[in-house]
Amino acid sequence: MNPLEWAGARPGPAFAVTFDGREIEALPGQTVAAALWAAGVRSWRTTRGEGRPRGVLCGIGVCFDCLVTVNDRPNQRACLVPLRPGDAIRTQEGTGHHD
Amino acid sequence: MRLTCDVVIVGAGMVGAACALYASRAGLDVIVVDRGPVAGGTTGAGEGNLLVSDKEPGPELELALLSARLWTELADDLGDLFEYEAKGGVVVAAAAAELAALDRLADGQRAAGVRAEAVDADRLRDLEPYLAPGLAGGFFYPQDAQVMPTLAAAHLLRVSGARLSAGRTVTGVLRGADGAVRGVRTDRGDLHAPAVVNAAGTWGGELAALAGVRLPVLPRRGFVLVTEPLPRRVRHKVYAADYVADVASDSAALQTSPVVEGTAAGPVLIGASRERVGFDRSFALPVVRALAAGATRLFPFLSDVRAVRAYLGFRPYLPDHLPAIGPDLRAPGLLHACGHEGAGIGLATGTGQLIARVLSGQAPELDLTPFAPERFTEEAV
Repeated sequence: MNPLEWAGARPGPAFAVTFDGREIEALPGQTVAAALWAAGVRSWRTTRGEGRPRGVLCGIGVCFDCLVTVNDRPNQRACLVPLRPGDAIRTQEGTGHHD
Repeated sequence: MRLTCDVVIVGAGMVGAACALYASRAGLDVIVVDRGPVAGGTTGAGEGNLLVSDKEPGPELELALLSARLWTELADDLGDLFEYEAKGGVVVAAAAAELAALDRLADGQRAAGVRAEAVDADRLRDLEPYLAPGLAGGFFYPQDAQVMPTLAAAHLLRVSGARLSAGRTVTGVLRGADGAVRGVRTDRGDLHAPAVVNAAGTWGGELAALAGVRLPVLPRRGFVLVTEPLPRRVRHKVYAADYVADVASDSAALQTSPVVEGTAAGPVLIGASRERVGFDRSFALPVVRALAAGATRLFPFLSDVRAVRAYLGFRPYLPDHLPAIGPDLRAPGLLHACGHEGAGIGLATGTGQLIARVLSGQAPELDLTPFAPERFTEEAV
């Protein structure tokens, strides 16, 4: 069952974004995390110390666990950032910064 | 009357934990009581600085040097557990006049036993590659260090072996017919002991009042801004020369001076603000904005870094900016270990050892006269 039906939502037409170069579909107003989940992606960051996988934990912007790189800017909260057509989401390793 | 223990320490922050450690090591049976959790007050709301660099020669600097030595000893066994980093401090001056003032300060500090090395403008970026260009010069203080304060308080309490009673509120100080302190009353029963240590930090004045004595501890609010985790780009604790003046200031108005440091966990911590606004916990955007502006002046790369949160704490200050450490002659059996303002993490170990010496009848390593809790008695309320 699609949650869009439960909510009676009628979003505008879907658009394309990329995740690590692969095209996925997003709906207007959808956050990075929601689009990734809808595409079957549960993890998009690895931890700084041990490289363990991370995705959504709190889902409301508090825990900073779902950090992700969007359009080359690291450490954005996937659960809060709304997508726009053409956005490039990338898996984030460690701090997301390179020295 | 049956005694519960030898010493009740009120306050499970950094100072209370250090008092518990050294008192236990002196063979005393200790109970630590706190109305909140471990490190729930000012300890959990600071940066964990162990600094000698920001202190002018005098009793506080002597206490800082004693404390720095004790922190080094503790770090041998426990340093990894509480992120002890002997990173050193770098104080930078924007202009020649500031540099001359730093030079005079360093001279006096060296005479007291501080190591301070002058760093020419063209060598500053060897120490800190991301510093802004155009600074006049600075000083390197190898004895400055850092801990993660919540972990430090927790681990010191753990290894002390003292009994911890958290979530228990002290509602009174028990006094005998002779006026001597006999323990504390709490919301969960009395604790009987011949000695009570006031390590209640910013709330130390309230505890003193329960014992019928006045100790004018007041809160000075400080914000800390936290960035996203970064690779190690800030290697030392780095701050601007005006921070030293702000620390010693009596002004009630907002003061900010940039203090920037990396942490073992990755985020960069940005301070330091000082305001006398009582216990007001509301977020203050102008303060945090000033912190960010000051930090990006020192480290321009920070302008592209995201701040993920800010927190605030209430530093306990006394009118002469020195802590109250030692027995209170007005209430025999009551000892104070509070009022360390923004330096309580660093000064905790020395304070704990001084208190333990007094409790076990030994001569303290430093003269306690400048820290005497009765020194404000004559002052108008």
